[in-house]
Amino acid sequence: MNLVRNHVLISIDAGTIMAGARAVEKTLVDEIASQGLTDEISVLETGSIGATGQGVVLVVYPEGIYYGNVTPQDIPELVEEHLLKGRPLKRLILSEIPKQHVIKKEKTGLLKEQPRIVLKNSGIINPENIDEYIAENGYEAIAKALTTMTPEEAIEEAKKSGLVGRGGAAFTTGMKWDFARQAAGDIKYIVCNADEGEPGTFKDRLILEGDPHKLIEGMLIAGYAVGASKGFVYIRGEYALSIERLEKAIGQARQYGLLGDNILESKFSFDITVMKGAGAYVCGEETALIESLEGKRGHPRNKPPYPVTEGLWAKPTVVNNVETLANVPEIILHGASWFRGYGTEKCPGTKVFTIIGNVTTPGLIEVEMGTTLRDIIYEYAGGIKNGKQFKGALVGGAAGAFLGPDMLDVKMDFVNLKEYSAVLGSGAILVMDEDVDMLDMLKSVLHFFRHESCGHCVPCRLGTAQLVKIIDRMSSSKGRKDDIDKLMNIARVMQATSFCPLGQSLYLPISSSLKYFGDEIRSRARQ
Amino acid sequence: MYRKQILKKFNPALDNILYILHDLQDNNPEHYLAKEDIRVCADYLGVPYSYVHSVASFYTMFSLKPRGRYIIRLCDSPPCHLMGSQSLLDYLKKELKVNVGETTRDKVFTLELTSCLGACGVAPAMMINEEMFGNLTPAAVDAILEKRRKEL
Repeated sequence: MNLVRNHVLISIDAGTIMAGARAVEKTLVDEIASQGLTDEISVLETGSIGATGQGVVLVVYPEGIYYGNVTPQDIPELVEEHLLKGRPLKRLILSEIPKQHVIKKEKTGLLKEQPRIVLKNSGIINPENIDEYIAENGYEAIAKALTTMTPEEAIEEAKKSGLVGRGGAAFTTGMKWDFARQAAGDIKYIVCNADEGEPGTFKDRLILEGDPHKLIEGMLIAGYAVGASKGFVYIRGEYALSIERLEKAIGQARQYGLLGDNILESKFSFDITVMKGAGAYVCGEETALIESLEGKRGHPRNKPPYPVTEGLWAKPTVVNNVETLANVPEIILHGASWFRGYGTEKCPGTKVFTIIGNVTTPGLIEVEMGTTLRDIIYEYAGGIKNGKQFKGALVGGAAGAFLGPDMLDVKMDFVNLKEYSAVLGSGAILVMDEDVDMLDMLKSVLHFFRHESCGHCVPCRLGTAQLVKIIDRMSSSKGRKDDIDKLMNIARVMQATSFCPLGQSLYLPISSSLKYFGDEIRSRARQ
Repeated sequence: MYRKQILKKFNPALDNILYILHDLQDNNPEHYLAKEDIRVCADYLGVPYSYVHSVASFYTMFSLKPRGRYIIRLCDSPPCHLMGSQSLLDYLKKELKVNVGETTRDKVFTLELTSCLGACGVAPAMMINEEMFGNLTPAAVDAILEKRRKEL
């Protein structure tokens, strides 16, 4: 085996492919070969490193230098300067390396370490190679669970860790598993909700693209704990690369005997099927998702019965979000008290946020629960773009809440935000600068809901249409005196009477935008 | 008959319906679910025509109208809206001389809107068929359209 002098990691995800990563990769491999360096330099594919909008990103190890916006034309110079002569090419080095890019050992005075649980391997390993996942203690947690823990003990560990669902509803994961375990019946299912549709959210896509085996392992542990032998991953139809990578990973896990019958010579058997959605936001609601899995229109079901007792094909079913399941292997491996070392007392662990909008470096970050909004924006995303002022943020996606400048120091976790009538939701943070027209933003949110209302119940179907009608006339200066009262009234009725969270959640963006930006919206509507 | 080949790939179980419809639509030369597609799917699964129609009409990714060779799906969710997707929509409408949901007269482009594509870090974003594009400007859109036109 050759001793490799440098490893060059190229980030291959939907974003970098858009920027031309495949062409850069090919040029790089060819150039290395033509310089006769093939034996010394190894080029590896990896998932997203967390930065978006930086074009094609390369990382050169052992130096740990990040290059951004690399084009095929830059490659000859890069290979000659850095890989041949050992001089980093300054003009391509990412000038602003946000903190989340600092990976484990690369500690410098300026950049703090990042707690990475969910994204531990993203941007480091090759997601298409199971051996690299195994080398990072992959599949050790399921081995530990199968050989040293009873299913009840695994559930107990999950409960003690305080892990709550990361999809938005924040229900205690261990409790959900326990309900399903105790539900009557021999056949039970684990369903992973990867129908990520909340506007501004792309964390699940990057987990699936960057470390698909982590999700498989999380589902295995959930299956063992609950007593299920079959799992489904429901992925958005638009996420082509996620589907491809996950299917590849499932194939490899089957080859290694980590999916299938008698896993690791225990009596536990489990397999996973990938299901591709077809574009319906409401299918992110767990019972609508189950309906869709069964081959129906994605209409939500009556609750109760809850899926844990009567879910997919009326069998007990656990529906967990991708990020939730990706936390599970680390909790089993290191224990609940280790996990509780992160985050807050009431809300342990980390949260993956997608921070976007008018910020300098939009992207994906994993921070401890309870990190302030100010830190997330100014420390991790480089502050407001072009030196402008912060005006507000929409936190938790379209179904989330607007926050004003006096909320910058609020601690971002599920429990704390609730006290301010806001939600963490899926972890999307859309930042708006001083120039943004808030009436226009609210209008965009309401249009989104009108499009995504599934039509099943009257309050949501008619309510979203009326809301759009009102906001449209407000923004075209034909607003009426009582329009704002009407918005609030309709939203209140929808919150009280809609069948599922889609219609109920509209109250939040409307009431919060009026709370923080009411004067502006009123005066804009009068113009 | 290519439709039979597609159906054969799947078990005739109702939970395969989305996969079957995706496959039928992808292989239809006009990129939509024709009445014939819905009928063969219904017969294969042993459910009424109306049932398959109800499912197909529910999901945004399925179209019941013929579409062009390239389906442009511009994201109009709040993050892309914030970064200027509205002006891009106006631009695309003007350039292609179509409204949302319509196909150009030469049957090359269909203009659609989509919910969040999860490409918010490079907003505004759009997809053309399976390919994603981000950081869009009118000039970038021009180049992308021009490239597609040349590929014809």
